[in-house]
Amino acid sequence: MSKVYETVIGLEVHVELATKTKIFCGCSTEFGGAPNTHTCPVCTGMPGSLPVLNKAVVEKAVAVGLATNCNITRNCKFDRKNYFYPDNPQNYQISQLYYPICRDGYVEIEVEGKKKKVRIHEIHMEEDAGKLVHEERSDSSLVDFNRSGVPLIEIVSEPDMRSAEEVIAYLDKLRLIIQYLGASDCKLNEGSMRADVNLSVREVGSEEFGTRTETKNLNSFKAIARAIENERERQIDLLESGEKVVQETRRWDDNKEYSYPMRSKEDAQDYRYFPDPDLVPVIISEEWIEKIKNSQPELRDEKIIRYKEEYDIPEYDIMIITASKKMADIFEEAISLGAAPKKVSNWLMGETMRLMKETDTEADNLKFSAENLAKLIKLIEDKAINGTVAKEVFEKVFAEDINPEKYVDDNGLRTVNDEGALRETIQKIIDANPKSVEDIRNGKQKAIGFLVGQTMKEMKGKADPSEVNRIIKEILG
Amino acid sequence: MVITDETIEYVGILAKLELSGEEKEQAKKDMTNMLEYVGKLNELDTDGVEAMSHAFPISNVFREDEVTNGDDRENLLKNAPDKKDGCYRVPKTFD
Ligand SMILES: [Zn+2]
Repeated sequence: MSKVYETVIGLEVHVELATKTKIFCGCSTEFGGAPNTHTCPVCTGMPGSLPVLNKAVVEKAVAVGLATNCNITRNCKFDRKNYFYPDNPQNYQISQLYYPICRDGYVEIEVEGKKKKVRIHEIHMEEDAGKLVHEERSDSSLVDFNRSGVPLIEIVSEPDMRSAEEVIAYLDKLRLIIQYLGASDCKLNEGSMRADVNLSVREVGSEEFGTRTETKNLNSFKAIARAIENERERQIDLLESGEKVVQETRRWDDNKEYSYPMRSKEDAQDYRYFPDPDLVPVIISEEWIEKIKNSQPELRDEKIIRYKEEYDIPEYDIMIITASKKMADIFEEAISLGAAPKKVSNWLMGETMRLMKETDTEADNLKFSAENLAKLIKLIEDKAINGTVAKEVFEKVFAEDINPEKYVDDNGLRTVNDEGALRETIQKIIDANPKSVEDIRNGKQKAIGFLVGQTMKEMKGKADPSEVNRIIKEILG
Repeated sequence: MVITDETIEYVGILAKLELSGEEKEQAKKDMTNMLEYVGKLNELDTDGVEAMSHAFPISNVFREDEVTNGDDRENLLKNAPDKKDGCYRVPKTFD
């Protein structure tokens, strides 16, 4: 009988904090600047420069710690992690080893109806490294330090997960908490959230952990799921053939769907951590924690409860809308601009979801504003456009965030509300279709639909079909 | 405390330095001297004394989250031994 194995997974998640400036200097964290235009002596590691901690980094880290049920370290410090690599100008990364800012937390996840706690070992603050670009056909690399010193938190879980589904549920939970806190936009594909997977296997029932590997370079939930499956199989194959799992760091190649060990020659994992003498201790008082707690925005779980109480929309819709902070923001803002909750929810659940699927757009990347959605809804309410035209206009709102009022006017899409003109057209259609009129008089109600359709066509879609229907019935008595 | 050949080898790998035999001998001597110098501290009884990282009792030195630095690339790159397209140019490195 073959052995049954269990997968044991812990995660190291790096999250880029959404501050305006870097962690230790007043350089901008803005994305996409020309190389090295957001740098200074501190973040390029010039001798004699002095790092000064960004207060907002501490506050965001504490906010994440509180929202993940952690203990906040009242007296925390920074340490130097020494290693040599050209993306690291100081030859050490400022991080936290001995006194990380948060410890011993957990988040609750739900997979297939089963709830489970995933414990958080610690959260620490650190700085990001620069970026290396390898030159083609040359023996040199180019270094851009714009990302050097961008604030990160690293969230280290306990090895509490047992499947790819649990890992994804955990990451999704973290993403939502952090997004709702406004601490980061947490985009895996853009690197503002990065996950390294520590994985080992052991026989079911075994108390001891197997030898684990760490897999890096996972840029999507799909890549994470594939890499976990792949690494589990690889380790089981090794054990089954009597070999040993080597503790190492591996890099995932998502195109080829396999991982390979990162160069381990001379990769002595000896960072010789020691307290950073340039940075003084951070003492976090009870009052400060209270202040951060009190300024915490509404999180998803609270939002779900409130939506259920305030809005008459299905629970399923609430779950979908709140599954992205971006969508929840659009929803609430459109309502505050006067749109009916039910209407807004219908547009988000219907056309928005359809177009997201069609264009492969994630909810976090929606481009249209709540203002333009609210305007569109108003145009329909006022019967200025009908449903068909509205869908057409919304496609433009979705893609380019156009102002629907202006678009409707510019393209002459407004419904003709001049009843005289409408009646005239309807009379013309009735006169031209005596057969249909006869059918209607003989009780064939379906024929009304044909006349409505003909009228709409004649009006180039710019009429309210229910109004047309009403007038036809009135004329035909 | 004596620095062994293995230690010099290991520290060389960590620091990514290739030392000649002569340099290794010199480094061994220098490092032994340094350790002996600070070794004096081992004579003190430090039981129950909390490790200290700063000589002054200062804490909570912060900056507000406001951009204060502009683009000073040209100036910063002046120190670079080699540069290209606004970047520092280094020997080819892979991770
Ligand atoms: Zn800087």
